[in-house]
Amino acid sequence: MVKKHRENAPISARKFMEELRRYEKGSVSRRHFLGVTGLGTAMAVLGSAMPGLVPGRAHAADDLGDKLVFSTWPNYFNPANIEAFTKATGVHVQVNIFGSNEEMLAKLQAGGTGWDVFVPTNYTISNYVALDLIQKLDLARLPNFDQKTQDPLFADPATVNGQVYAVPKNWGTTGFVVNTKKIKGDPKSHKDFFKVTMGEGSGHTIVHDYQLTTIGAALCALGHSFNSIDKKELADAEKLLIKSKPHLFAITSDYQPGMRNGDAWMSICWTGDGAQLHKDLPEMSYVVANDGGEIWSDFYCIPKEAPHMKAAYAFINYLMEPAVQAKEFESHGYATSDSRVSALLPASTASDPILFPAKELMNGLEFGAAQTLTDPTRAEVMARFKSA
Amino acid sequence: MTAASFDTGGKRNWQTAVLLMPSTLWFLVMLVLPLIVVVIFSFGERSPVGGYGAGFTFEQYGNLLARLKAFQNTMTYAPLGTVVSLLVAYPLAYYLAVKVDRRWRLLLLVLVIVPFWTSLLIRTYAWIFILGGRGIPTLLEFVGIEELRLINTPFAVLVGIVYGYLPLMVFPIFVSLERLDKQLLEASSDLGSSPLRTFWQVTLPLSMPGVATGCMLVFILLMGEFLIPAFLGGGKVFFIGNAMVDLFLQSRNWPFGSAVAVTLVIIMLITVSLYMRFVMGGRSGRDASIM
Repeated sequence: MVKKHRENAPISARKFMEELRRYEKGSVSRRHFLGVTGLGTAMAVLGSAMPGLVPGRAHAADDLGDKLVFSTWPNYFNPANIEAFTKATGVHVQVNIFGSNEEMLAKLQAGGTGWDVFVPTNYTISNYVALDLIQKLDLARLPNFDQKTQDPLFADPATVNGQVYAVPKNWGTTGFVVNTKKIKGDPKSHKDFFKVTMGEGSGHTIVHDYQLTTIGAALCALGHSFNSIDKKELADAEKLLIKSKPHLFAITSDYQPGMRNGDAWMSICWTGDGAQLHKDLPEMSYVVANDGGEIWSDFYCIPKEAPHMKAAYAFINYLMEPAVQAKEFESHGYATSDSRVSALLPASTASDPILFPAKELMNGLEFGAAQTLTDPTRAEVMARFKSA
Repeated sequence: MTAASFDTGGKRNWQTAVLLMPSTLWFLVMLVLPLIVVVIFSFGERSPVGGYGAGFTFEQYGNLLARLKAFQNTMTYAPLGTVVSLLVAYPLAYYLAVKVDRRWRLLLLVLVIVPFWTSLLIRTYAWIFILGGRGIPTLLEFVGIEELRLINTPFAVLVGIVYGYLPLMVFPIFVSLERLDKQLLEASSDLGSSPLRTFWQVTLPLSMPGVATGCMLVFILLMGEFLIPAFLGGGKVFFIGNAMVDLFLQSRNWPFGSAVAVTLVIIMLITVSLYMRFVMGGRSGRDASIM
């Protein structure tokens, strides 16, 4: 007993140097040196504490592989959930961040993305199916997903021609966020948004680097549909955008840094970002415009060419677990369409005006339409606005 | 190389061919083929869902003026960025090569390189916070300069360019200054030249190969730059590189993007060959006589 204890005691400095000399001179092997000095154990412990340092820790039992590539949006996942998944399965998740559905589509069209799971928005799914870019899902492999607990309003776009291609992630609205300490005009509509941009908020407004929401906002301000692909209406929207461009702070979908450090006072905004900003800075107020805007739902999909299919199913199944979804919500603040999750959230959540805007405001919102994703005029209007 | 060395028989030729094979293949696969693809794409049409649709039309080239502003921005800020980088880099390179104690030189050179070990993306992102409202503008408020906007301006883009490209300018100049024969400076001074005159008539002309190389490196890379204007210009200082990224990744108009790319390559070839003819070529005779 005593002896054993001694063996495990840390090596003394003198003894360490002796062993080092022996190793240097070649009279003991590296294995002996690492063993007797405890350096080997130290490395093994360090290594297991940092999974990233251990390559190829594949799990033979379910053979998920050791890697998964996940493409999603900014501020839209809980890192703790991903860490827990890696710990449980040995699968390391590489996260890519995108700012627009167009960019995701472009990457998939070009091929060779290496993505296993990605997060498209409702209106893109029928396009992906038509282009044969995403997998039909085998729901038997997603036991945590329950179609019956989903709100069909948000879940329906996942089904194309009777087949399920996606499972719902979160839903939300697109409005704008206002720093009420800086902007006194109390903008309520997209019309007000552009008026403030060219007035008291000049130099401090952000619009997304994303045609759907930026052109959509301009269209709503002019009294047109958020989804319009009418050439005349788009030309008017382009005029409004170009006129407001000198007054903009930036064109970017990564608008939280600008809003947080006070450079920007107003930005087109998604629900969760509005909630995240409001939580930290109460003066940040999220507005659902009364002249229209977007309501949307996002999904998890598996690309046709996904290299780690088994891991992809395991990952989505893990994320569908109600407790995991609740943790996702705690981190990013986007509502879910899964009634099992709502039951796990604090009661105050259901009355949160950011997450669940008043009915009359909700009624004015539109889901993005499939043709807006691929419409060449909208694409070119956005590109011209940016290069103007 | 003289003509004789080519005539030493089949074996030498065969060896040369084998040795050149990897680089030839590399150039063919990585440069020539993609360029051919881009040229073919540029005459095509945008397919209805985006991407490339086969066709033969000059429509894309006819549409180039829609990106005039982006071309203008690149043609303004690429030369401007090169000149400002040169003005910042030359004194630094001169100090490193001529003035600094040998003991410190290596350390200082390493310090110039160290930033290269981190991705330009991350370093540029850091500038967003340095130039943003809570950064330098807050400091300036203490000395009474209020409401100064730095981020998302051409100035911020220029700062990012000089910061990102400085080592590319410093090193060629450093090398040519370091090789400079100090006896020439002594001779100049012995013959009665003031230090300033020695600099203008001896040091500067002898460092011109480095200056020319540095300028060319920085200029060519700047012509395709898109990351710095996207981050520090907030999408408002739009380079032709940004227009191309947009056309390929957002509007998925590959043919138009290809036409812009081909046009940029042509502009670059013309600019660089003019530059070589008038700046580098004009002096080549003198350089040769010095070497």
